[in-house]
Amino acid sequence: MIATARKRTGYLLILPAAVWLAIFFVVPFYSLLATSLFDPEGSVLTGYDVTWHFANYWDALSEYGTVMLRSLWYAAIATFFCLILGYLLSYAIAFKAGRWKTVMLVLVIAPFFTSFLIRTLAWKMILADDGFVVNALQAVHFLGDDGRLLATPVAVVAGLTYNFLPFMILPLYTSLEKMDPKLNEAAADLYANPFTRFWKVTWPLSLPGVVGGTLLTFIPAAGDYINAELLGSPNERMVGNVIQSLFTTQGNYALAGALSVSLMVIIVTMVLVYVRRAGTEELL
Amino acid sequence: MSQVSSGTGRDLRLVGLHKTYPNGFTAVHDLDLVVPQGSFFALLGPSGCGKTTTLRMVAGLETPTAGTISIGESEITATKPYNRPVNTVFQNYALFPHLSIAENVEFGLKRRKVYDSGKQVKEILALTELEEQANKRPGQLSGGQQQRVALARAIVNRPEVLLLDEPLGALDLKLRRAMQVELKRIQEEVGITFVHVTHDQEEAMSMADTVAVMNQGVIEQLGSPYDLYTNPHTTFVANFLGRSNLIKGTVVGREGTGDDAVVKVDMHGTIASIKASKVHTDSKDGWLGIRPEKVLIQPEGTAIDAPGSSIPGCVVTDASYLGVSTDYTVRMPWGQEIICFEQNTGRRGGLIPVGTKVDVSWRPEFAFLLDASQDAGAGRQED
Repeated sequence: MIATARKRTGYLLILPAAVWLAIFFVVPFYSLLATSLFDPEGSVLTGYDVTWHFANYWDALSEYGTVMLRSLWYAAIATFFCLILGYLLSYAIAFKAGRWKTVMLVLVIAPFFTSFLIRTLAWKMILADDGFVVNALQAVHFLGDDGRLLATPVAVVAGLTYNFLPFMILPLYTSLEKMDPKLNEAAADLYANPFTRFWKVTWPLSLPGVVGGTLLTFIPAAGDYINAELLGSPNERMVGNVIQSLFTTQGNYALAGALSVSLMVIIVTMVLVYVRRAGTEELL
Repeated sequence: MSQVSSGTGRDLRLVGLHKTYPNGFTAVHDLDLVVPQGSFFALLGPSGCGKTTTLRMVAGLETPTAGTISIGESEITATKPYNRPVNTVFQNYALFPHLSIAENVEFGLKRRKVYDSGKQVKEILALTELEEQANKRPGQLSGGQQQRVALARAIVNRPEVLLLDEPLGALDLKLRRAMQVELKRIQEEVGITFVHVTHDQEEAMSMADTVAVMNQGVIEQLGSPYDLYTNPHTTFVANFLGRSNLIKGTVVGREGTGDDAVVKVDMHGTIASIKASKVHTDSKDGWLGIRPEKVLIQPEGTAIDAPGSSIPGCVVTDASYLGVSTDYTVRMPWGQEIICFEQNTGRRGGLIPVGTKVDVSWRPEFAFLLDASQDAGAGRQED
């Protein structure tokens, strides 16, 4: 009796979230799937029919395959930079910051007090053609006299890196912070030099944070369209920009749906393979 | 120190070792110490006495402010921890949670690229009775097993000196006693110098050949457990190692020479003789110390089994029966209460009831005399 009562409590606790997800995720997802199988001939005037038109997927991927690859590529580079920058910073906050720990963590989260859009617009100013970054790079001849950053892949990847860095830092910090500093001492005592200590002890123990952080960075970055929209040119279009434009301006719902579902399937597959290989299934 | 042969060459030697932390706290004060090769050495003291800091400096995890550390002829004061022939068993073991037991034990061997590491790991796991746990993770083991893994992981490297930082502190009493025997056995088997840090005097006494009692960054006294217990030099040692009754006395004279020399002490009107070798004060006043189990009591009017004079007019104010022994509290004629542990041999045929008038005495060779300027409560443990 008690066991069943406990079980019922469990179900009751997940009920609100389950209802929420059913209404705002399962139903829209089903609708998205249906949209992706619309007859492409449909229009606002003639109406739309689900005709199980799987060729939509073929059309979407053959037409926008490069955009899709570019999205994954940009997201991967941004994730890589986030990992490097984020790991150094998390390590410093966790082990070296002392009494500045809290202040530094607040600073990591501080950008969230401003809108994502505004922050990205600010990057547009920072990287502007007559901005100090471009001027400085031109002064040291890193950029030519008419060289620019805005509307280049550099700007888009830099924007992605900046915007998703906190999502890398927080899980990394959490996993580093709970590491017992005695383990490092034990490794030192057992003939491991600082380099070996990092690769044999610190790094493996921070893997859950690395996996968590890279997922939280890569997944939203791959689907992002704000950075490419504001900092890039049509040459840097990402899949998010294409989907947005297909849906809102071109009214090609079938293709937009097929592209959305494709992106989702690709990312989920990549995540599964990645998590398997990292050996951190407990995260899922 | 006398029972352990010195001079085999690879003694651990600390000279003028000093540690002051940036916040100004001096943890270790000008410490000189020689730990003979192959001995089981204990650093005993209350928390904050500097024993762990001393150990960490030997391990290389803490940098001394001054002084040197050497093993035999080689000085290691500035050597990085990973280049020292020293291994540590950490207080809470610090086992690598992501590695199996075998991998934990193999860690040090692999770093030094020992080629038959697999075989050595097997041997040490056998010695510590951990073969069945080899493929488990530390989290799956009990406290006692984890303790043995920590030990195996350190001694597999055959260090010249093994440092043990409160290694049994996290275990329950029964397991602790069992592990004491185990540790002693392993030390005798491998013959490595063990330096054991602990605040548990029973642990130190039962295992170590030599015990150094530390207090406030200095070594108060060093010697075999027997010497420390029977002939403490300071009130701190007298109270920290077991318990002591300390009674105010005044030196009134000396008699005899050589081994028979005794110091006469007037203790509230009763004259007690103390062997000169157990007198540790030059001043006129002193604390006469006597261990509770050495105190003999007998109801007034019956003969007492001790030579010399006894102190009449004492009263039993408390008796707690502990089965194997009884703890009596006795009020002396001058008002001080002293404690007396009596083995329940059955000789008395019962307990002495509270309120009984008793005579108190002890064999003079058991008493010691300490400096009166020292705090009689120093080192006393709350219990």
